[in-house]
Amino acid sequence: MMILIAIISLGVIGIIGALLLYWASKKFEVHEDPRIGQVQSVLPGANCGGCGYPGCAGFAGACVKADSLEGMLCPVGGAPVMAKIATILGKEAAAAEPKVAVVRCNGTCQARPKTNKYDGVKSCAIASALYGGETGCTFGCLGYGDCVKACNFDAIHINPETGLPEVDEDKCTACGACAKACPKNVIELRKKGPKSRRIFVSCVNKDKGAVARKACANACIGCGKCAKECPFEAITVENNVAYIDYTKCRMCRKCVAVCPTGAIHELNFPPRKEAAPAAPKSAADVQPVASATKAPVAETKNEVVPQATEVKEETKK
Amino acid sequence: MENSLYVSPSPHIHSGDSISKNMYGVLIALIPAFLVSLYYFGLGALIVTLISVVSCVLFEYLIQKFLMKKEPTICDGSAILTGVLLAFNLPSNLPFWIIMIGALAAIGIGKMTFGGLGNNIFNPALVGRVFLLISFPAQMTTWPLVDATSAFPLTYTDAQTGATVLSLLNEGVAELPSHMDLLAGCRGGSLGEVSAIALLLGFAYMLWKKIITWHVPVTIIVTVFAFTGIMHLVNPAEYASPFIHVLSGGLMLGAIFMATDYVTSPMTKKGQILYAVGIGLLTAIIRLFGSYPEGMSFAILIMNALTPLINAYVKPKHFGEK
Amino acid sequence: MLRTFRIGGIHPPENKLSAGKKITALAAPKQVIIPLSQHIGAPAQAVVKKGDLVKVGTLLAKAGGFVSANIHSSVSGKVNKIDNALDASGYKRPAVFIDVEGDDWEESIDRSETLVKECTLSSKEIIDKIAAAGIVGMGGATFPTQVKLLPPPGNKADILIINAVECEPYLTADHSLMMEKGEEILVGVSILMKAANVNKAVIGIENNKPDAIAHMTKLAASYQGIEVMPLKVKYPQGGEKQLIDAVTSRQVKSGALPISVGAIVQNVGTVFAVYQAVQKNKPLFERVVTVTGKAVANPSNFLVRIGTPINVLIEAAGGIPENTGKIIGGGPMMGKALISPEVPVGKGSSGVLLLTKEESVRKPMHDCIRCAKCVNVCPMGLNPAFLMRSTVYKNWEMAEADHIQDCIECGSCSFTCPANRPLLDQIRVGKSKVMGIIRSRKS
Repeated sequence: MMILIAIISLGVIGIIGALLLYWASKKFEVHEDPRIGQVQSVLPGANCGGCGYPGCAGFAGACVKADSLEGMLCPVGGAPVMAKIATILGKEAAAAEPKVAVVRCNGTCQARPKTNKYDGVKSCAIASALYGGETGCTFGCLGYGDCVKACNFDAIHINPETGLPEVDEDKCTACGACAKACPKNVIELRKKGPKSRRIFVSCVNKDKGAVARKACANACIGCGKCAKECPFEAITVENNVAYIDYTKCRMCRKCVAVCPTGAIHELNFPPRKEAAPAAPKSAADVQPVASATKAPVAETKNEVVPQATEVKEETKK
Repeated sequence: MENSLYVSPSPHIHSGDSISKNMYGVLIALIPAFLVSLYYFGLGALIVTLISVVSCVLFEYLIQKFLMKKEPTICDGSAILTGVLLAFNLPSNLPFWIIMIGALAAIGIGKMTFGGLGNNIFNPALVGRVFLLISFPAQMTTWPLVDATSAFPLTYTDAQTGATVLSLLNEGVAELPSHMDLLAGCRGGSLGEVSAIALLLGFAYMLWKKIITWHVPVTIIVTVFAFTGIMHLVNPAEYASPFIHVLSGGLMLGAIFMATDYVTSPMTKKGQILYAVGIGLLTAIIRLFGSYPEGMSFAILIMNALTPLINAYVKPKHFGEK
Repeated sequence: MLRTFRIGGIHPPENKLSAGKKITALAAPKQVIIPLSQHIGAPAQAVVKKGDLVKVGTLLAKAGGFVSANIHSSVSGKVNKIDNALDASGYKRPAVFIDVEGDDWEESIDRSETLVKECTLSSKEIIDKIAAAGIVGMGGATFPTQVKLLPPPGNKADILIINAVECEPYLTADHSLMMEKGEEILVGVSILMKAANVNKAVIGIENNKPDAIAHMTKLAASYQGIEVMPLKVKYPQGGEKQLIDAVTSRQVKSGALPISVGAIVQNVGTVFAVYQAVQKNKPLFERVVTVTGKAVANPSNFLVRIGTPINVLIEAAGGIPENTGKIIGGGPMMGKALISPEVPVGKGSSGVLLLTKEESVRKPMHDCIRCAKCVNVCPMGLNPAFLMRSTVYKNWEMAEADHIQDCIECGSCSFTCPANRPLLDQIRVGKSKVMGIIRSRKS
């Protein structure tokens, strides 16, 4: 008898609870476009925010709402994911160029002598709020790795030899988290380029040529030789620093050859047959030699040029 | 010269305070209570304390070195302190292997599983004690008989055993030690908890050195006194006087040394008072209505669990706020 | 029972090594570097160019906005160049380089030592003179003084508080100024009272300067409405909000200005500059700077021309000691570590402190043990440990709810932390982030 009462009473409570839940689910149901869920399921789910929306759910909602997919890009998934989204929504997928993060600083430990010792928290945000940095260059990479911490894809790491971050191109999704985290704006998202070939100015120092050169052997001194050399007007020199517009650059590599400090880098090109040093790495290697020979820092831009090219030719032989 | 200048954000000076200074300060404050326990429990007290401290430090070292693979921090004194506090919560005739299990529970479960000092939710020494109390109830609740005349008895596990004041109370025995005996420590119990005077001396030292503030201990004692006092006034025959409750058992030790643990107590003054009132009420309720004679350990552990919640909701008084 | 502020506070070792030392005037160096941003707000716009001849007191740069200040030459000579120079901010910013030739002052400046008590100018004329002289808060905040004296509409000041607390360890610049220029300071206070249209002024001095309290109390007896108030020693009593609380028991609400409780606070150094500007027509181009440190041979108080490189001051105090690890512009609690001793003295430089190598290096940090010592010492009633956690995890909503924007960056939390946690370093980052969020929400 006791057992029966227990079973019945629990059963009744259960049924009442079930009815309540059913009523609540009907009453408080939130209507959501089912396509949002579908779009979200094809997104990578990294919630990196690289698309400009708060996470993948936000991006999915925006895709469904938008009239066309133009300008919408999941940088992580890239074109394949955008194509899938387009089929779900029955819209045209806009073609977007793949990009990659580029570190525009080559102030290696050797090239940039330290002028003081930083003793605070190893964080670029804190150090840059305090002062210009441990070296004479107040524009370049600080090397405390805020970009490394910001990366969700393990695609950027500090090279202990140079003290600078290096991007792993295969892993980089161009979400832009590192560029946002960098207080010095050293990291830029640039077009990945055909066969990952890229040319860029690896310096953001706005000091005058002599000052910049004194602080860092690899600095862009704003001499403007590259801008004159460029047949496509892709290079502009502003505030003593050159910038290559990747939408105009045609990868002729003439600027690389004329740069007196090796500040212009070329990546993933086949070795050259003649003239000028080949790979960008060796251009960087040349610089310590230049400082080791204690070449007096040139006062004018004209003097700098022959000196540095001289050194390069020496190493080439 | 110029090359070697340091640069860092302000402030450029530091008080010189450190974690180890605070930990060793608490250890100094525990010396009077330890001396009293040596007087009454003799060799047993010394052996239990030594085993507890050595095994706590050893377990911390081994876990940090081989499981967590990081630099061991046994020099900061926190493992020593856990060891001493654990020993103070044990009877002086406890076999060595039980103590070692307690130390492993305290350091391993209570502290290191959460990531080490600063990250633990519960007071490690109390985790060890409660673990032993539940696993070995018989050994944990028999205490050596004490005698005011025998200073430093040379007994360990062979000591004659008797009951504590609170278990006497729980069983309804009327003959209790005098208040004077309770103050001085001439009574049965865990080795560090017997003398209220010695513990209060330690409290005074910690207040002087600004290691702790008065809020937690005083609030706990006042709460227990008030609650048991009311119950005593309602029914003096069943409930003992509030003086007995405040002076007996682990209340003083718990209120002064265990509940004030930095890591597991709230950060704001308001929060600390809330937390201490909770401990006081729970202790009194367990003592008066529960089946366990002692409620301090459980009360502290329960309030430890509520500490993150108190921290999240009780904010310090903000400048310019009415 | 002496008054003090009611929440938190610490007692760092005072180390007032240069206390009681007379103020020594330093001669102008060979070259001065006068930065164009010596104040909070827009940088000043240069009105001289390369090759111009200037005199002592010549206007070099005009205020670049409402919150900005004029900048005058501190020496006579020729403008060498206008170029970027490393200043106390740790960055290169525009500055005027002047090669010193002789010591030729502008004729309008009254160089006599005689005390001028009478001031017949109106409130507006006084404020205009202060603005023209380029006076800024000389305690270190460098907020343009004339802006403080012009309350936003709807607010009325009823008390002027003079900050002579000097709660930073080591520094004695304000102390020595009070001992030597007491009368001038009191005249300056009366002028400021007239400018701000208040009839009560309180000079707050911490009790560790009994000689200054006695001296100022004696002198103040003959000035109407000026009272000297001794305060209990506690850092950061020199914080504006803390000082108002200590003196008047009024607490300025979160985000509000001191004027909202009817108070205007001015540093005692600023008051002296006001006296000189109004009564002697002398713009702000020199100030008292303490050069100190345990290893410094001769800790001193110097009267220095603005723009003098700091190494000139250190030489005058006995040279850079062998094992110097850090040079700080300002006091040890809120001062800025300097990259090089060539940084020039600015309007806000109250001191130069040299720490030895042992004193300079921070100890390794440990996990937070939630001892709540930072909570107990925070003068703004915040929870620094939680603010640091919110910043590290980028939880800006929580940081804002916990009032991170009210942090005054006094450093009491980092000073006290037994785990050596860099609380203020992180909070500063979180604070600027949250302030940015608040600003963008408003606009």
